[in-house]
Amino acid sequence: MSKKVFGFFNKQKEYEKEVLENGTAARYSGFYADSFKRLKKNKMAMFCAIVLILIILVAIFAPLLAPYDPTYQDYSAVLASPSLAHPFGTDEYGRDILSRIIYGSRVSISIGIVAQVVASLVGVTLGAVAGYYGGVVDSIISRIMEIFQAFPDLIFAMAIMTFMGKGVLNLFIALRLLTWVRTARMIRGSVMQLKEKEYIEASRANGASTFWIITKGLIPNCLSTIIVMVTLGIPNAIMYEASLSFLGIGIQPPTPSWGNMISAAQTFISYRPVYSIMPGIAIMITVIAFNIFGDGLRDALDPKLKS
Amino acid sequence: MGEKILEVKHLKTYFHTDAGLSRAVNDVSFSVEKGKTLGIVGESGCGKSITSLSIMGLVEIPPGEIAGGEIIFEGEDLLKKSEDEMNKIRGKKIAMIFQEPMTSLNPVFTIGQQITEALMLHETLTKKQARERGIEMLKMVKIPLAEKRFDEYPHQLSGGMRQRVMIAMALCCNPDLLICDEPTTALDVTIQAQILELINELKEKTGTSVMMITHDLGVIAEVADDVMVMYAGKVVEHATGDQIFEKPMHPYTEGLMHCIPKLDDDDTQRLSVIEGMVPSFDDMPAGCAFCPRCPEARQICRERMPELAEAQGRMVRCFKYTQEWEESGE
Amino acid sequence: MLSYTAKRLLQTVIVLFGISLITFILLQVVPGDPVALMLEKRADPETIAKVRHELGLDLPLATQYLNFIKGAVHLDFGTSYFTKEVVSDALFRCFKVTVKLACMAFVFAAAIGIPSGIFSAVKRGKGVDTFVMILSIIGVSAPAFWVAIILQIIFGLKLAVLPISGFDSIASYILPSVALGARYAGNMARITRTSMLEVLGQDYIRTAKAKGVKKWGVIMKHGLKNALIPIVTLVGTDFGYMLTGSMLIEKVFSIPGIGKLAVDAMSNRDLPLLEGTVMYIAFIFVIVNLIVDLSYAFLDPRIRYGKGEA
Repeated sequence: MSKKVFGFFNKQKEYEKEVLENGTAARYSGFYADSFKRLKKNKMAMFCAIVLILIILVAIFAPLLAPYDPTYQDYSAVLASPSLAHPFGTDEYGRDILSRIIYGSRVSISIGIVAQVVASLVGVTLGAVAGYYGGVVDSIISRIMEIFQAFPDLIFAMAIMTFMGKGVLNLFIALRLLTWVRTARMIRGSVMQLKEKEYIEASRANGASTFWIITKGLIPNCLSTIIVMVTLGIPNAIMYEASLSFLGIGIQPPTPSWGNMISAAQTFISYRPVYSIMPGIAIMITVIAFNIFGDGLRDALDPKLKS
Repeated sequence: MGEKILEVKHLKTYFHTDAGLSRAVNDVSFSVEKGKTLGIVGESGCGKSITSLSIMGLVEIPPGEIAGGEIIFEGEDLLKKSEDEMNKIRGKKIAMIFQEPMTSLNPVFTIGQQITEALMLHETLTKKQARERGIEMLKMVKIPLAEKRFDEYPHQLSGGMRQRVMIAMALCCNPDLLICDEPTTALDVTIQAQILELINELKEKTGTSVMMITHDLGVIAEVADDVMVMYAGKVVEHATGDQIFEKPMHPYTEGLMHCIPKLDDDDTQRLSVIEGMVPSFDDMPAGCAFCPRCPEARQICRERMPELAEAQGRMVRCFKYTQEWEESGE
Repeated sequence: MLSYTAKRLLQTVIVLFGISLITFILLQVVPGDPVALMLEKRADPETIAKVRHELGLDLPLATQYLNFIKGAVHLDFGTSYFTKEVVSDALFRCFKVTVKLACMAFVFAAAIGIPSGIFSAVKRGKGVDTFVMILSIIGVSAPAFWVAIILQIIFGLKLAVLPISGFDSIASYILPSVALGARYAGNMARITRTSMLEVLGQDYIRTAKAKGVKKWGVIMKHGLKNALIPIVTLVGTDFGYMLTGSMLIEKVFSIPGIGKLAVDAMSNRDLPLLEGTVMYIAFIFVIVNLIVDLSYAFLDPRIRYGKGEA
């Protein structure tokens, strides 16, 4: 009954609750094709998918798209107001804000995706092991998960960043430590249900190795759960990154990140408000797109969960 | 003919769905006499529950729509009443018992709170008086330890007990008409008999008229004075209980009759079923709605819908009892 | 109910113990000697050793951990290395500010989120519903610190009706509370809507209507009391987050709350203050969750009377 809640967003929490209560949908051949058909019908989700693709393309082709080098300082145009030359104006070092936002997408997207994917790998492994073996192994992993969940997330991330020092790698580690628990819990639940199923029993009776059963029998059946968890987890990770960078313990300037840009812009809100507004809009659009697309993905992959 | 408490004339209740217009209740007329029980029979999906919800004014609009007709209750048309006026009638003059006793009671309120709610709404009573009346009602529906049960929550009661609570709740304001929508379907057979007996007994005691909606002719045999058989939103046969059990005339009624297990029968003949299903609204046959499943259907049945007409002292919607049947002779 | 409470309490104790262990371990791996940092470059090794001894940092790790636990139980985390303030005093001083902020944010979020969620559910599919859902997804997806800055720009600078920093008057709490509460208002609206929609489709709602209860009576009495059960869980946990996660907002508005204390302690490597703050925040968070779980049981008679709880 303990519905412990972890993280910023409820989408992921709701999904987690649903899966833990109802189990994952049964898989059949052609399942992913059917899911894709359902997804295509969801106009909002498809629109957000296009937005996401555009954002990712922007991140990849940042050097081609950005009008300026994001770290180029033009002291003749410090805190310039928006103009044709600088659509969003310039910052306190005369750097082009639009270019910095374009380059900032690289940080947000890559950190969001990589941190979430790596965290999911850790989560899936531990969750599958806990769910499959049960008993003492499960108890130990479950207790660890409870303790991790009990930590207020941002404090925890801050503590880790402080202790290990600033830097992109440490940021990855902090985000990973924050987000693995959720995936682990889900996978543990799914695996516990699945391992009672006949076809798993059958392969065990046929002498299949544990490794084979987990990797070939169980994880593919949890795959849609994992996909949805990752998609809904990415905006979470993006938000953490922005928050930590805003607090000055994430991505360090001059590397542009949407979070550290807002942090720097804070000083100039009365003089040049557009400086702080634009990076926030970038965060918001990205996060909304991931959330709505994730929702659509969930509905498409788990049709029986949709009310 | 006794005094009519409820008269439904040409009621049409439609639903607008993604797949098109569903005529759930399609031109249905009937009446309930004071102190009598009218049984409405049919398979699920034939429109009997929608008929009762239309009377209660509980059809969701939209997607529902009352497309026509009149519901005359005590001389006034309920369809012309405002929401506020209906709220004064619901629970006070017309009460309803639902099919699912397990889910029809609110889990977070005590039995007592739920029984006295209607009392407090419709009558000027103090809390203490309401409590006394509530306990009295629980005793009337034969709930043991009524005082204790009064303060308990629904999950602490069995299904049969909960249905008794529902009955107590429905009857607490002495309604003139009690609508029972499959009141025994979700219950064990032994409990079913007890509940039906209780409804009969209370009807005698309070003089309430009853509309009993069921798919089970066995239930009808226990309680109904009059019987109306519905199929695909239309009335197919309307007769007294005696007439129906003596000789069902519509092939559908006959089919339903064969579905009742008979314990006194010696022959080991299997229980028959009516082949097929009630057609869905977007798949309605051109002629008589029942003809795809009817063992006696002829060409004429596939061409047009027969009228509800009098035959042998009752109303039947079937060509079998018309002049045309002889003429069409195959 | 009693056994459930006992089980839940035991669980809480285990979790708190785990948190203390993690906190302690984290503090051990801090790069750089906090004493050296504290005494700066002037100190010779002898002085450092002396201070280390005074602070008990030369004891074996296990003993240090025991001392830490002993202190924590008595809310005694020692004194700050830097400000020399007693840690529990500093915690209490800052906590008062944060509680005030969190409470106001909570009231704002609940007052906006829950009614609009109910309204949205009742008017499902209508324009109001779409509007509320769009607002809520924006609320949930906008970073709180950015919302804070936008509010400062609009209400503090352009309209100049509210102060953009400080924490002395009620007015100065308005913008921070709204900024902190916005996300949670969005959450609450979403959850309330989902929960209400589920409840309004239940059979007992039809029963209530059949009794002649008025439309809004059905919604507010029969609907809301059932819908509240999941809402309370969420809302309660959200309150835990507001109490412990306000550091971003505190930074934007320069409010000296618990979050700012934590940030300062971290940047100064102020061990006792850091231990105290982290333990304190985790403690509050765990306790709020405990209360939420117990109130959940209280709201739902099926759990209160021992059914439905394995």
